[in-house]
Amino acid sequence: MVEVRAGEEGFHPDDFEDEEVPHPRSWWTKYVFSQDAKVVALQYAGTAIFVGFIALVMSWLMRIQLAFPGALSFIDQDHYYQFITMHGMMMVVYVLTAVFLGGFGNYLIPLMIGARDMAFPFINMLSYWFYLLAVLILLSGFFLPGGPTGAGWTLYPPQALLQGTPGSQYGIVVMFASLCVFIAGFTMGGLNYVVTVLQLRAPGMTMMRLPMTIWGLFIATIMALLAFPGLFVASLMMLCDRLLGTSFFMPAIVQNGEQLAHVGGSPILYQHLFWFFGHPEVYIVAVPAFGIVADLLSTHARKNLFGYRMMVWATIAIGVLSFVVWGHHMFISGMNPLFGFFFATSTLIIAIPTAIKVYNWIFTIWRGDIHLNVPMLYSLSFIVTFVVGGLSGLFLGNVAVDVPLNSTYFVVAHFHMVMGIAPLLVIFGAIYHWFPLISGRMMNEKLALAHFWITFLGTYAMFFTMHYLGVLGVPRRYYELGQTAFIPPSVTSLNIFITVLALIVGAAQLVLVYNFIRSWRHGEVAARNPWRATTLEWQTPDMPPPHDNWGPQAPKVYRWAYDYSVPGAPRDYIPQNQPEARA
Amino acid sequence: MPTDLTVAKKSALRQMTDDWSADQRVFRGVTWGKAMMWVFILGDAFIFACFLLGYLAVRHTTTEAWPNTAEVFTIHVGGKPIPFLLIIVMTLILDSSSGTMALAINAAHRRERKKCAALLFATVLLGLTFVGLQAMEWRNLIAEGLRPAHNEWGAAQFGSCFFLITGFHGLHVSFGLLFMANIARKVARGDFDDGRRGFFTGRRGRYEAVEIMGLYWHFVDLVWVFIFALFYLW
Repeated sequence: MVEVRAGEEGFHPDDFEDEEVPHPRSWWTKYVFSQDAKVVALQYAGTAIFVGFIALVMSWLMRIQLAFPGALSFIDQDHYYQFITMHGMMMVVYVLTAVFLGGFGNYLIPLMIGARDMAFPFINMLSYWFYLLAVLILLSGFFLPGGPTGAGWTLYPPQALLQGTPGSQYGIVVMFASLCVFIAGFTMGGLNYVVTVLQLRAPGMTMMRLPMTIWGLFIATIMALLAFPGLFVASLMMLCDRLLGTSFFMPAIVQNGEQLAHVGGSPILYQHLFWFFGHPEVYIVAVPAFGIVADLLSTHARKNLFGYRMMVWATIAIGVLSFVVWGHHMFISGMNPLFGFFFATSTLIIAIPTAIKVYNWIFTIWRGDIHLNVPMLYSLSFIVTFVVGGLSGLFLGNVAVDVPLNSTYFVVAHFHMVMGIAPLLVIFGAIYHWFPLISGRMMNEKLALAHFWITFLGTYAMFFTMHYLGVLGVPRRYYELGQTAFIPPSVTSLNIFITVLALIVGAAQLVLVYNFIRSWRHGEVAARNPWRATTLEWQTPDMPPPHDNWGPQAPKVYRWAYDYSVPGAPRDYIPQNQPEARA
Repeated sequence: MPTDLTVAKKSALRQMTDDWSADQRVFRGVTWGKAMMWVFILGDAFIFACFLLGYLAVRHTTTEAWPNTAEVFTIHVGGKPIPFLLIIVMTLILDSSSGTMALAINAAHRRERKKCAALLFATVLLGLTFVGLQAMEWRNLIAEGLRPAHNEWGAAQFGSCFFLITGFHGLHVSFGLLFMANIARKVARGDFDDGRRGFFTGRRGRYEAVEIMGLYWHFVDLVWVFIFALFYLW
């Protein structure tokens, strides 16, 4: 037996982590089966944006039906519900989650913390291919008999599985199968993001020197890893109920005078499992947006972030609290009313850290040197949109107010403002901000401004109007309102207003695509660090960053990410890897 | 591994804040792979927690009586009924495999190639026995009329939960066995002594893989204890 001295057994990271980044050997491993986080990021984001356009077209079709009932004869009730369902599920899970964590997470985490790549590049690559597989399974629903499921994006049982719901034969099966694959793929990526932030930071990069972008992505990933299990289990149980005839969620039901085989299941259990995932999911989308917007505001206002530590702790508090508020989606589900009291309280408490963040964003730009460029405009529009969505959340978080407003357009307005449009505006701002890093070129500013004003004003007018529809009592998820006494004629004209805007805003997204593709090839060549930002991703030896990010010398970090306009410094920013402010 | 005597003197809380405010790594003595496995286990624990909570919920909502598990899981030995016999044997075997796994990790720490490989193969063997016995249990119960959607003893959800939860756990064990058999092969071949590179990842093989595998294996065994207590015994 080998003699082992005290302290010598076991494994220590120092023995191991001198791994070089796996270098691509062919075109295939460089661009397709790439293990480089930057390529994986672009694959993720590209696929997600493709899915986003499908979901966008479906929202167009829904809006056309609502404003001009019967104008497009192929949209019948079943199609309408299928569009609603797929639009919601695609946008929430396959677009927003994938763009933020798979796209920005992969691109920015290694660069901003000074790592050469993710901790496990191979698993990271697998994550993308699982995601693509999930997308393909999801889209296959459109080509199956009966089409995709039309159960609403929450997929509540028993109705999701019953005959008469569109897609109850095959669509619902591929929906849940796709979610399971997505979760498996996301877990692979998520483990990478968490471990990379925890263990791969550059010398000098402490947790409290991380840019807020990284904090947002980090907290969101942890939340996703703990929240997706709820959806995963719910999906498996639903698949069993559908395919094996079990009764996890299906109570005894008589349909068309016939007693179904199901007995004794709990539909409310599904709602609990779903919203245990569903509510954190809102913050999984919002928290990275919070982080990115903090960095954009600070950079483009040339001022340090106000209350950095408070921002970090507020992010963590939001992450923790978001796991104990899921019941506020279930006030009218028949849940014990005492739970309603608890969940309303925890929901209102979560407004405190959120408000701290809003105040800190505003104090960040207060008396700053605000450059009203496109990323800044998007950040400002995010604050405006988010505050409106957040305040309507206070209405819906109270049981007594929620009961009448539930299932009306007020809810649609609220969640589109707060977790649809607000994060989307940040995504756009972030694309304009980081495009020079990714491509080495600038985007056309005139086109970008046109895209911004149409998108911001258009979406704001659309969803602000929906609050009013909701207060009038217009129910959501209705194919057609018909002749209803309590709905005034103004609703019809407002619906036309919203639809026209939706068509314009949707079409305006092509401006972004055109600008992106055109600038990639013909854009003005970007200066090094064009925004004069402090964070590490702009300090790479080349722009775009080389395969291993840093070339021969990995960076050392000497300061936090917000040294803008430091008195006495020669420039108005000091990069994180600059040892001292040279006078 | 450098031993820092000052580390031992600090309070646990102080140690934790120091770790979290350090640069480069939060968990100083922890490799990337080990950190990943811990995070994975945390997420996986949530999955099993959701399964077990779901089981408890439907057991509560179902309209029919829950079957008496002591009767359902009874094995007749020489004409004498012994409740839970098979499941107790299975539990003992799986827990013993945790023991051989721990010994394998110890051997890996000491870089004892042959001993480590032998213990890993023993663990694989015990794990295979567990999966085999589970397959037997499934076959017996299916023969007695247990189905995912119905059974003769009471609530339909009993079979649903049984097949879903033990099936999902069995899948964890089976996947673990595949990985473990591969690691055992690599240990036996000496991949971890000469740092042979992995086929997919291109990274150098090292004995640490045994310890990471062990984390997963102990976790799967621990989950089984909860399933045993909450589903079988209750």
